Amino acid sequence: MNFTLKIWRQKDAKSAGKFVEYPIKNISPDTSFLEMLDILNNELIQKGEEPVAFDHDCREGICGMCSLHINGHAHGPSQAVTTCQMYMRKFKDGDTITIEPWRSAAFPVIRDLVVNRGAYDQILQAGGFVSVRTNSVPDGNAIPIPKADADESMDAAACIGCGACAATCKNGSAMLFVAARVSSLAKLPQGRVEGARRAKAMVAKMDELGFGNCTNTGACEAECPKAISIAHIARLNREFLSAKLKD
Amino acid sequence: MGTFLTNSSIGRKLVMSITGAFLVLFITFHMAMNLVALISTEGYNMICEFLGANWYALVATVILAAGVVVHFVYAFILTFQNRKARGNVRYAVTSGHKGVDWASQNMLVLGIIVIGGLAIHMIHFWSKMQLQEIMGNHENALGYAVTDGSALIAYTFSNPINVIVYLVWFAALWFHLSHGIWSMFQSLGWANQTWYPRLKCLATAWTTLIVLGFAAVAIGFYIKSLGCCAGC
Repeated sequence: MNFTLKIWRQKDAKSAGKFVEYPIKNISPDTSFLEMLDILNNELIQKGEEPVAFDHDCREGICGMCSLHINGHAHGPSQAVTTCQMYMRKFKDGDTITIEPWRSAAFPVIRDLVVNRGAYDQILQAGGFVSVRTNSVPDGNAIPIPKADADESMDAAACIGCGACAATCKNGSAMLFVAARVSSLAKLPQGRVEGARRAKAMVAKMDELGFGNCTNTGACEAECPKAISIAHIARLNREFLSAKLKD
Repeated sequence: MGTFLTNSSIGRKLVMSITGAFLVLFITFHMAMNLVALISTEGYNMICEFLGANWYALVATVILAAGVVVHFVYAFILTFQNRKARGNVRYAVTSGHKGVDWASQNMLVLGIIVIGGLAIHMIHFWSKMQLQEIMGNHENALGYAVTDGSALIAYTFSNPINVIVYLVWFAALWFHLSHGIWSMFQSLGWANQTWYPRLKCLATAWTTLIVLGFAAVAIGFYIKSLGCCAGC
């Protein structure tokens, strides 16, 4: 398969960026998207040009590093997969593929397609943890948790913190990420006890870092590579509002 | 305690949802009231008299105006903050997202059309009724009694341009509320996977009823003005 790649190139955070077109030929349909970028980079290095900088790590959809906006979609046109899990057979031979970094004020571009997603780490540090002592690993059957609650918690815990939600949201809101973290812990007894403190601290940090206000468009859910539901945002709203009203 | 209503994103959305809920309840009442005009001229004018410049109607008007102003001002504050959060560099390629309603992405524009329609509506009706009563007048510039709402409706909707302007206004209101009503529950935290289809169904049905009720009066009075159903 042959493609024309239209890639955002930016030397560093302070430089102005621009799109550069690269033709790429003889790509197998079974090549993953990131492997295709590896092939492009090999060609660029052989020509003595700077390779395209892009984030990647596990390449199996769990680390949340591959953060590319491809043809108008976070993680590309496939549903509920990360960029690294997408294959070139998803595109048509001869397609022009536009690849951009996340566009959000809270995720500044560092170089080419790499953005600084440290803002999500700061939100997690503000309250996305459990401080209660849970001792050593107990017998799983000794903690009575209804299956529905465990399932819902696990669904929320599937969030990989890739930033697609805020990058997709027209408001630059990080609510789906924060909601997933709050919800995954709120549904379990160890996390429940600190639910109010967690919701208040994480929302305060999210607001402080300049993320936008959620207007319930649902675009984050549609583009989330882990298909995290906006029902978790409703839970975050409940957790936050009930905590504030008790203050 | 209440500072979170201004300085937190979820607090600001709470304000939007509560003022929005209040306005939805008001227009539901207004639509029901308007339908009376189709049935009984005397009945509608009795309601107009009841809701004239009495102290309770004036208090309610002030509260209603405050609801509109707060909803409107917060909408601009939220939009300003959201545009700032989105950043200066926009995506070169954008694409629609599966399951995302057009209305949800255009609430401010729809809201501005709704406010514009409200301004026209107030010039057509409020300025010729309650305002005249507050000013101590018994008749408006058109020569109708300030409580003769039926005559004013008949006069306004005898003009087909007004009918079209109002129908555009109602269409914008339909889109705005079809997202706004279920979104209100989401912002309050009263939603989950089971209730999303129910809430969206409720929002669509409620909005459609409101808009059909309003449109029926505008179209009904225009048809009456044509004199083609003298026996109606």
